[in-house]
Amino acid sequence: MMGFLDHFLDHLQPNAVWALVIIFVLLVIATLISYALKLKNSSRDYSELLSRIHSWWVMATLFAVVFLLSRSTALVFFAFISFLALKEYLSLIPTRRADHRVLFWVYAAIPFQYYWASMEWFGMFIIFIPVYLFLFMPMRMVIIGEVDGFLRAAGTLHWGVMITVFSLSHIAYLLVLPVEGNPIGGGAGLVIFLVVLTQLNDVSQYVWGKLLGRRKVIEKVSPNKTWEGFIGGVLTTTLLATLAAPWLTPLNLYESILAGLIIGMGGFIGDVIISAVKRDLKVKDSGNLLPGHGGILDRVDSLTYTAPLFFHYLYYLHY
Amino acid sequence: MSMFANILRYLFFGLVVRPVVMIVLGLNVRNRYRLVKNGPAIVIANHNSHLDTMVLMTLLPFRLLHKIHPVAAADYFLRNRVLAWFALSIIGIIPLQRSVKASHSDPLAGATAALDRGDILILFPEGSRGEPEKMSELKNGVSHLAKRHPDVPVIPIYLHGLGKALPKGEALLVPFFCDVFVGETLFWKGNRQRYIETLTSRFEELDAECCHSDEWDNDE
Repeated sequence: MMGFLDHFLDHLQPNAVWALVIIFVLLVIATLISYALKLKNSSRDYSELLSRIHSWWVMATLFAVVFLLSRSTALVFFAFISFLALKEYLSLIPTRRADHRVLFWVYAAIPFQYYWASMEWFGMFIIFIPVYLFLFMPMRMVIIGEVDGFLRAAGTLHWGVMITVFSLSHIAYLLVLPVEGNPIGGGAGLVIFLVVLTQLNDVSQYVWGKLLGRRKVIEKVSPNKTWEGFIGGVLTTTLLATLAAPWLTPLNLYESILAGLIIGMGGFIGDVIISAVKRDLKVKDSGNLLPGHGGILDRVDSLTYTAPLFFHYLYYLHY
Repeated sequence: MSMFANILRYLFFGLVVRPVVMIVLGLNVRNRYRLVKNGPAIVIANHNSHLDTMVLMTLLPFRLLHKIHPVAAADYFLRNRVLAWFALSIIGIIPLQRSVKASHSDPLAGATAALDRGDILILFPEGSRGEPEKMSELKNGVSHLAKRHPDVPVIPIYLHGLGKALPKGEALLVPFFCDVFVGETLFWKGNRQRYIETLTSRFEELDAECCHSDEWDNDE
């Protein structure tokens, strides 16, 4: 039995498996706290919190299962998240009827981008979207020949691919980084470190904001964001980063402090940028795929900043 | 419908239509509880794309598939033998003669018979797909049916986004989330004009509920 399990989990370092276990321990604690709150203040409505935590269970289970299955399954999973995020973005923004076939190529870029990651072709991975796709898309648009709104269409499409495909695909490249660079956690350890810290950063900024929040940071974009929440969140994330880094990453203490700051601040910026998009389009949520959270973009907004920033920081230092 | 065609129909919807609608497109359904759980019923919707029928048939329970029949234009869907076989046996359409003068028989006989059997009809009261994402005037066919079957519930559904995913005249499907707004059930009002007015205002309400970001600067 143990032999089978060892073989089954061959592609994961033991610490990565333990990290997945810890995610579920955290979820159990969060679930118990939310039910305790509900029992204590029976007059208040906790249905939003409960459905949010229910969605966390679904997401964490999917995340853990794809990691346990195989590296390819995890890569397909992240490609699918890019697909959902891009689809949500394109469904939200106004698009021109003339660009129908351009949109097809935009979607077609996703499998290519994740394929370069899976074959560990770093050079192609890093230039495919900003060079080849970004030069191809305007050309395809010009062949169609609709000039009305050309600049606006080109700009919104380029930016959408940038955040939903290029940025997020850095998670995939973290996963395929050579295990020699990170013998204790492997690629999976790095992804778990990034994704869990980014999500906990969102949660802790929210909690600190609720507890102490007074001074608004950028009221016009996101009225609920406060300096207290932001700073409390960044400090919490930095502390967690220094605790988790020795178990999952090759970062030393000083490097992990900076990694925590990058994830804490990057996560905040990614979050408010998607808020600005929603505000511009006059919608509250980007979708309703995840009950209690909104759409997929509402969930991966912070990752669109933290994934590339953390990746290049780590890549510069250790690979 | 033959047993063989029925099996093909379930396979086609289970293995092709449903995965495409749920994964490639993706539905945001508002007020799903207003959908019918059984026939007879008439589901009516605005019409922008061939995908509309596929989405409506995916929304209704899979086990009822054999009872679901889109009412569709005979001149368009029966124009050649292959298409006619596909439309009649796989999609399960009830063909409708659009020009009443062409046939002296009752154009709604097929639809009436299906409702009497307890089936669910899908109808596009605008008649054709029209301008992408714009509603045109409602035709009278639905009020004739409702008058004949005053006890059959009519469920209005507003679809948004499918005109972008597969517009009229395009063969290439591009993924977009589709918003589905299920309206309140409606019964015959005893008067055709009042009925059409109620239906029209029901669709206008659903349209207003829907997010509108199809144009830049729509707030100015």
